[in-house]
Amino acid sequence: MNLNATLLVVIAASAIFYGTPLLFASVGELLAERSGVLNLGVEGMMLVGAVSAFWTGQHLHGPDWVVLSAAVLVAALAATATSLIHAVLAVSLRANQIVSGLALTIFAGAAGLSSYLGNIGHLGGHARLHEFKAVDLFGLGQTPILGPLVFHQNALVYASWLLVPLAMFYLYRTRPGLHVRAVGESPETADAMGVNVAAYRYVHTLIGGALAGVGGAYFSLAISPNWVDGMTSGAGWIAIALVIFAFWRPELALVGAYLFGAFSSLAFTLQARQVHLPPEVFNSLPYLMTIVVLVFVSTGWAKRRLGAPASLGVPYVREER
Amino acid sequence: MTAGAAPAVTLRGIVKQFPGVVANDHIDFEALQGEIHALLGENGAGKSTLSNIMTGLYRPDQGEIYVHGVPVAFHAPRDALAAGIGMVHQHFRLAASFTVAENFALGTHESRGVRLELGGIERRVSELAQRYRMPVNPRARIWQLSVGERQRVEILKALYRGARILILDEPTSLLTPQEADNLFATLRLMSAEGRTVIFISHKLEEVMAVSDRVTILRRGRSLGTVLTAATTPRELARLMVGRDVVFSLKPEGHTVGETVLLELRELYAESDLGTVALHGVNLQLHAGEILGIAGVAGNGQRELAEVITGMRPRVAGSVAVAGIPLRGADPRQAIDLGLAHVPEDRLGTGVAPSLTIADNLILKDYRRPPITTAGLIRYDRVRVRAGDLIERFDIKAVSPQTPTRLLSGGNVQKVLLARELSGSPRVLVAASPTRGLDVAATESVRSLLLQAAARGVGVLLISEDLDEILTLADRIAVLYEGRVMGVVDRAQADVEELGLMMAGSAR
Repeated sequence: MNLNATLLVVIAASAIFYGTPLLFASVGELLAERSGVLNLGVEGMMLVGAVSAFWTGQHLHGPDWVVLSAAVLVAALAATATSLIHAVLAVSLRANQIVSGLALTIFAGAAGLSSYLGNIGHLGGHARLHEFKAVDLFGLGQTPILGPLVFHQNALVYASWLLVPLAMFYLYRTRPGLHVRAVGESPETADAMGVNVAAYRYVHTLIGGALAGVGGAYFSLAISPNWVDGMTSGAGWIAIALVIFAFWRPELALVGAYLFGAFSSLAFTLQARQVHLPPEVFNSLPYLMTIVVLVFVSTGWAKRRLGAPASLGVPYVREER
Repeated sequence: MTAGAAPAVTLRGIVKQFPGVVANDHIDFEALQGEIHALLGENGAGKSTLSNIMTGLYRPDQGEIYVHGVPVAFHAPRDALAAGIGMVHQHFRLAASFTVAENFALGTHESRGVRLELGGIERRVSELAQRYRMPVNPRARIWQLSVGERQRVEILKALYRGARILILDEPTSLLTPQEADNLFATLRLMSAEGRTVIFISHKLEEVMAVSDRVTILRRGRSLGTVLTAATTPRELARLMVGRDVVFSLKPEGHTVGETVLLELRELYAESDLGTVALHGVNLQLHAGEILGIAGVAGNGQRELAEVITGMRPRVAGSVAVAGIPLRGADPRQAIDLGLAHVPEDRLGTGVAPSLTIADNLILKDYRRPPITTAGLIRYDRVRVRAGDLIERFDIKAVSPQTPTRLLSGGNVQKVLLARELSGSPRVLVAASPTRGLDVAATESVRSLLLQAAARGVGVLLISEDLDEILTLADRIAVLYEGRVMGVVDRAQADVEELGLMMAGSAR
């Protein structure tokens, strides 16, 4: 039997495939949270990204790579614009970040802005014209085991592999990265040392939006063959949980994203293998695991070791007494 | 200080208002190059506001700032830093999870590119540390450092950023007497180099000890600047408070009873972080006695208060109130045994800030008659009780229905003491009961504690203010890293020796 068709390899390959949008969104949220801004609007921003990517894909004509790049870019920009709402509310107006983030998901999410955009664009019911297909890198796609995992993925997966080391280098090895961590940890310290707290928080909330948008685009350009209202079905929430699970570290977000990707893919993989269980069981697995993970990381032991930014979710006011 | 030195910072007509208060009211101030200039005043006199204006954290509503004679306008702290003004805040501006060197790297741009080069910074930190005799490990993380070490990091950081003018806000409040002496030596070294030191304090002795000149602030106004050598502590105190101050409150001929009201045996407890906070504490508190717990902040004081009052579980050992053992973490049992508690964090744990004064006053016995009968709270009786306590404890409030958070710190503390003392307790645990209060409120809180002791209440006074403990306590226990370093009678107490115990040297 072909080694690359064994259950483990198939599950691992599809874990990467399904984990990638989670990875984009959670690295984005992680950067925002490192600057001290908690954005619960990830689900909403992803859906805006999904619908704008799909719309671009249906309306732009040209070679695949041009259309797809444009679609991802449009998705990132649209979600960035959405996250700007949260940035203004949370940073400039010092609103409660939990309320603001929830409002963003309700406003932009399923049955909200993204659904409206999809409906006026008549996107429902049409098969997509362009999609991210697996690329056989260096012709190594048939290599045993590593082939399907590493050398036969789509362009966004490869991009996410660049994103993680980039985010790590940025956070741990650069001066702006040190500033972001300081702004999230102790904004008064950063301010006293001449770091512009509001600017850092704005920029990272917007980066978080852009990456959530890319994650959303992945759903409508790589996973689902057509646009459906609410198509990310909770991936944004899983991404937020992943940030905690990853102790606010990009390298662990990668592990977490693929773990959840595996749970998401189990349903399809096992059904294809004629393992018959009620589909509800598999479909509920990622959400069940979210709860399990949150219970685990909320225990005393984990809390002590967690690297939560000390000023996460706390607005910064300089003149206060 | 050399005669005829040039002005380093000049403030003219500074006005700063906050909702409801004028924090700075047309203040003129001038510090000369190479001098140590003390800014003396009570809490709320406007010292911190003035220094925040000098460092660009606040912007004045009116007035001008000159640095070395040149007018400046600060929009943010980085502008003040660029003008050579550095500040050591009372609450340190350090990111706790960062290393020392990383904290130094914040906001600096001297290296090319965005790469973070910590090696060079570490070397320069070590050089500075050596030059100013303030040893510090540049690779240590801030949370691992003692308060004294953190302060060194803050001072070095200001020097690293090229500060010619250094402002220190109440720098000795968390230091042992010896650490404070070291700090003063460093400040003299800096002034000898021609740097200007502005030293904010409300402690007369240290102002007399370290400064060249003193500017006194009261209620947002400047009362003028005097040469330290030409003044006396008594005169400064009168200027600062606006009247003569009674330096001693302790009544003569006060006797301590024989009955043991509170007994701690081999008490062990953990901090919130799971580290050992109390390490085999043995203490006895007698009727009518004030036992002072001295120590630098964070040596187990908070955990001690919480374990005794049943708010924190203990790992081992026992707590007994009048011979009856405390079961575990059960505040209600502690209350029923006659334990009263004035916590350190008065607006967090002490009172419910949004509830009215009347509601806060019944928080401990709302369950019992006469306040509650047949399961209903009798608000007519609550009103009577509140009116009575407000009068007896001299609480200044518009009405008993005023939300407690609107009161001044001193009045919040009186509400708290009124509630705790009105239930005729056996033992009162008071943690930093006068922190942040002005002189008048401090006096009335202290006399309430003394009155309670005179009635036979055992008072456990936990305070980081050694002077307060020396003023009030009959015996003094020093806590260091969760251990009792020794217990001494006040009559035999020696500040030098207490300071050594506070720094961990065994007796």
